[in-house]
Amino acid sequence: MHTNNNKHRFGTNLIHANTGIDGHFGAVNVPIYQVSTFNQEDETNNGRYDYSRSGNPTREALENTIAQLENGYAGFAFSSGMAAISSVLSIFESGDEILVSHDTYGGTYRVLTRLFSKFGIKTTFVDTTKVEKVEEAITKDTKAIYIESPSNPFLQVTDIKAVASLAKERNVLTIVDNTFLTPYLQQPIDLGVNIVIHSATKYISGHSDVIGGLVVVSDEKLAEEVKFVQNAFGAILGPQDCFLLLRGIKTLKVRLDQQLKTALQFAKWLEEQSLVSRVYYPGLKSHPDHKLISEQANGYGAMISFQVQDEKVARHILQGVKLASIGVSLGAVESILTHPATMSHASIPKEVREEKGITDSLLRLSVGLEEFEDLKQDFNAVFQSLEEKALIK
Amino acid sequence: MKIETLLVRSGVGRDPSTGSITTPIYQASTFAHPALGQSTGFDYARTANPTRTALEEAIAALEKGEVGAAFASGMAGVMAVLALFKNGDHLIVSEDLYGGTYRVLNEIFSEQGITVSYVNTAHLEQVKDALRPNTKALFIETPTNPMMHVTDLPEAIALAKQHDLLTIIDNTFMSPYYQRPLELGADIVIHSASKYIGGHNDVVAGLVVARCSSLGEKIRFYQNAAGAILGPQDSWLLLRGVKTLALRMEKHNENALKIANWLTAHDLVEKVYYPGLETHPGYEIMKKQATGFGGMISFAVSHPDIVSTLLENVKVITFAESLGGVESLMTFPARQTHADIPEEIRNRVGVTNCLLRLSVGIEHADDLIKDLKEAFDAYQQ
Repeated sequence: MHTNNNKHRFGTNLIHANTGIDGHFGAVNVPIYQVSTFNQEDETNNGRYDYSRSGNPTREALENTIAQLENGYAGFAFSSGMAAISSVLSIFESGDEILVSHDTYGGTYRVLTRLFSKFGIKTTFVDTTKVEKVEEAITKDTKAIYIESPSNPFLQVTDIKAVASLAKERNVLTIVDNTFLTPYLQQPIDLGVNIVIHSATKYISGHSDVIGGLVVVSDEKLAEEVKFVQNAFGAILGPQDCFLLLRGIKTLKVRLDQQLKTALQFAKWLEEQSLVSRVYYPGLKSHPDHKLISEQANGYGAMISFQVQDEKVARHILQGVKLASIGVSLGAVESILTHPATMSHASIPKEVREEKGITDSLLRLSVGLEEFEDLKQDFNAVFQSLEEKALIK
Repeated sequence: MKIETLLVRSGVGRDPSTGSITTPIYQASTFAHPALGQSTGFDYARTANPTRTALEEAIAALEKGEVGAAFASGMAGVMAVLALFKNGDHLIVSEDLYGGTYRVLNEIFSEQGITVSYVNTAHLEQVKDALRPNTKALFIETPTNPMMHVTDLPEAIALAKQHDLLTIIDNTFMSPYYQRPLELGADIVIHSASKYIGGHNDVVAGLVVARCSSLGEKIRFYQNAAGAILGPQDSWLLLRGVKTLALRMEKHNENALKIANWLTAHDLVEKVYYPGLETHPGYEIMKKQATGFGGMISFAVSHPDIVSTLLENVKVITFAESLGGVESLMTFPARQTHADIPEEIRNRVGVTNCLLRLSVGIEHADDLIKDLKEAFDAYQQ
C-alpha cells in the first residue's frame, strides 16, 4: 500500500504522489507495461506480479496515486466509470438494498434498474439532499447509500458528512460519485465516506481521450472485497489508458483552477440572459446549496446546467454554438454542450426523466479551457440570432 | 476468402480520409454530434469506439458470427455472457475449465441464484444426466484447460438444440484459425484474446462473438451498461496480432507436436496430454472439427519434486501464467491458473501436484527440447 505524503500541498502531490513503482534508468514517469504475464521465480510463491488482470505496474501506479489523492486506503482502476460502478455494486448480494440519489447519472440508473435488479439487488431512489428523507428510507436490508454530489444534471448538493454519519450509525456504507468535483475540490473519505467512485474519463483524464473508472476505499476490508471483484470480473483498465490518466492527473489543479474561474463568470453571464430561465451552478449565491457546498468542498466545479424557454430554443443553441462541442461526456479541456434528455440521461425512461425535471429545454455545459470572452461571444451570437429570428414570444 | 486472407484484412481500409492501411488508434472518449439527434455512429466511446469496432467486426468475420464485442479481459467477456442468465437458471459446464471461470460461477453467480453442474462434456451421457428443466446453457471448453479433453462439438450442439439450450464455446485454445464453433452450430464463442489472438503476451483482453444478432444485442447491452470494454490501444494491438495468427498457429502446432513426442519418450514423464498425438482419445474428433491441434501441452511428471526442478531450470521457457504467446511459457496449474478450484476436485480431474502445462511458443523446437532436456537432467543429477 502507499504511504501518505501529507507534508505537501495538493498541487504538489499531484506531481509527486508515491506511485509505489521503482523507477528504472531514472525515468521520471512510470513505464507503460504493455504485458499480460510475468516471469515467476519459484513455484510456491507468486511474485509481486503474476498476471496483468490481477496486477500491472502501470495500473498499480495509478491506483496508488488516486488512493493518496483521495486520502483513502487503496485505489482500483477499471475499464470505464460504469465498470467501476458495476464492480462496486458487485460487492453486494441478492436481497441487499441500496439507496441512491434520485438525481443520478443515466448509466448508473440503467445498470441498477436493468442489470443488478435481475440479480436481486434492490434500489430505492431518494432525495439525498434531505437527510431526513434518507433516514426514513433506511430499512433493515439497506446496505449502502449512493450519492452524487453535486448531482448530474441539477448540481444539487448533499450534506455528505451528515449522511455519512447517519449511515455509520445504522451500519450502512456510504458511496460517493466524486466525478464532478475530483479530489482537488472534494475529499469524501475525509467526510466519513467509505467508497469514492470516479468516471476518470472526465476531469481526472481531462482530455476527452480515455474511458476509465477509478475507485478508492477507506479501509482494508473493503479493499479486499473490491480487489476480489476487480480480479474475478476482470473489468480492468489497460496500461496505455492508465498512463494517460497518470499524465492527466499532473495538470488536474491547473486545469480546474482555470475552469472554475471561467465557469463562475459564464454562469453569472448566463443568469443575465433573457433567453435563459434558470441557471444551476452551485457557485452562484442564488443556488440553494451554495452555503453547504462552500463548507464541504474547496470549489464549485465547472459544470453548469441551464433551462431555456423551450425545446426549439435548446435545439437552436445546440446547432448554433461553434466553440463548444456537442456531445456526451464532460470534464475536458474542450467545452462540451449536452442535451441531457436525449444524450446523457436518455437511458432513463421519459416519464421518470420528466418527473426529475430533465426536460427537452435543459442544457448542460462542461466548461473547458477556452477563454471566457470567446465562449461568451460564441453563445451571445446564437442568442442574438435567435432574437432576430423572433423565435421568442 | 480464405481465413489467412481474412486475418490479414482485419482492420484494413477503414480510413478513407487518409487511406491509412491500418485502423487509427482513436484515443477518444467522446464524439461531436453534427446536430441534435444526429450521430456519426459514434457518440461515447464506452458504447462504441472506431478502433474497437474494427476489432469487433474483424473477430465476428473470423468466427463467422453476426456480432463481435471486445472486453477488458477474457473474464470480462465470460461475465458478459453469463449475465445473459438470471436467478433460477441452471448451466452445465465443462468440469476441468479455467479456474477464473470456475471462481466467478462458484463465488459470484451462485450468490445471485444461478446453479451450475460440472461434468466432463467429452462424455455426452454426463451432460444428459445433468439436464434439468431449468437448464439454459451448455458451456464447453474444447480442448479443456489443462486436461485437453475433447468434446465432439456437432454432437454436443445437437443435444443442446434438442433441449433448447444455448451452446457457449470457449475457443481460446484453438483460435478461429483452427476451430470455428459457430459454423458447427454453436451460439456464442468466447476468447481470452490475451492468448493466441493477441499472441505476444502484451495485452489482457476478451472477445465474444454471437451467431445471431438478437443474442449479440443482449451482449452489447451489457457491454455498454456495465462498461467492461477494451481500450483503443489494446484493441489496436489485437488487430495487429490477428494478422500473423495463421503463421503463428502453424508454428505453435509444429513445435508442440515435436515436443509432445519428445516428452512421451522421456522416463520422468508419466503422461502427455496433447490432442495431436494419435494416442490421445480426442484425436479423431479433433481431426473432424478442427484443422489443427494447437500449441498447448499438459504433462504429468513421475514425482512432485520434479516440478520445482523443472520450473527453476528452464531458461528459454519462462515460468509464468498465461499462454498462447510467441514466447514459450510453463505453468503449474495446481498453484497458478487452477488454484481457485478445491483440491479434491483438482485431483479427481487430474490437476495434481505433478501436472505441468506448457504453452509452446514459436522459438526453434530444438532449443525448446534442449531447454527441457537440461532441466530434466538437473533433476536426475
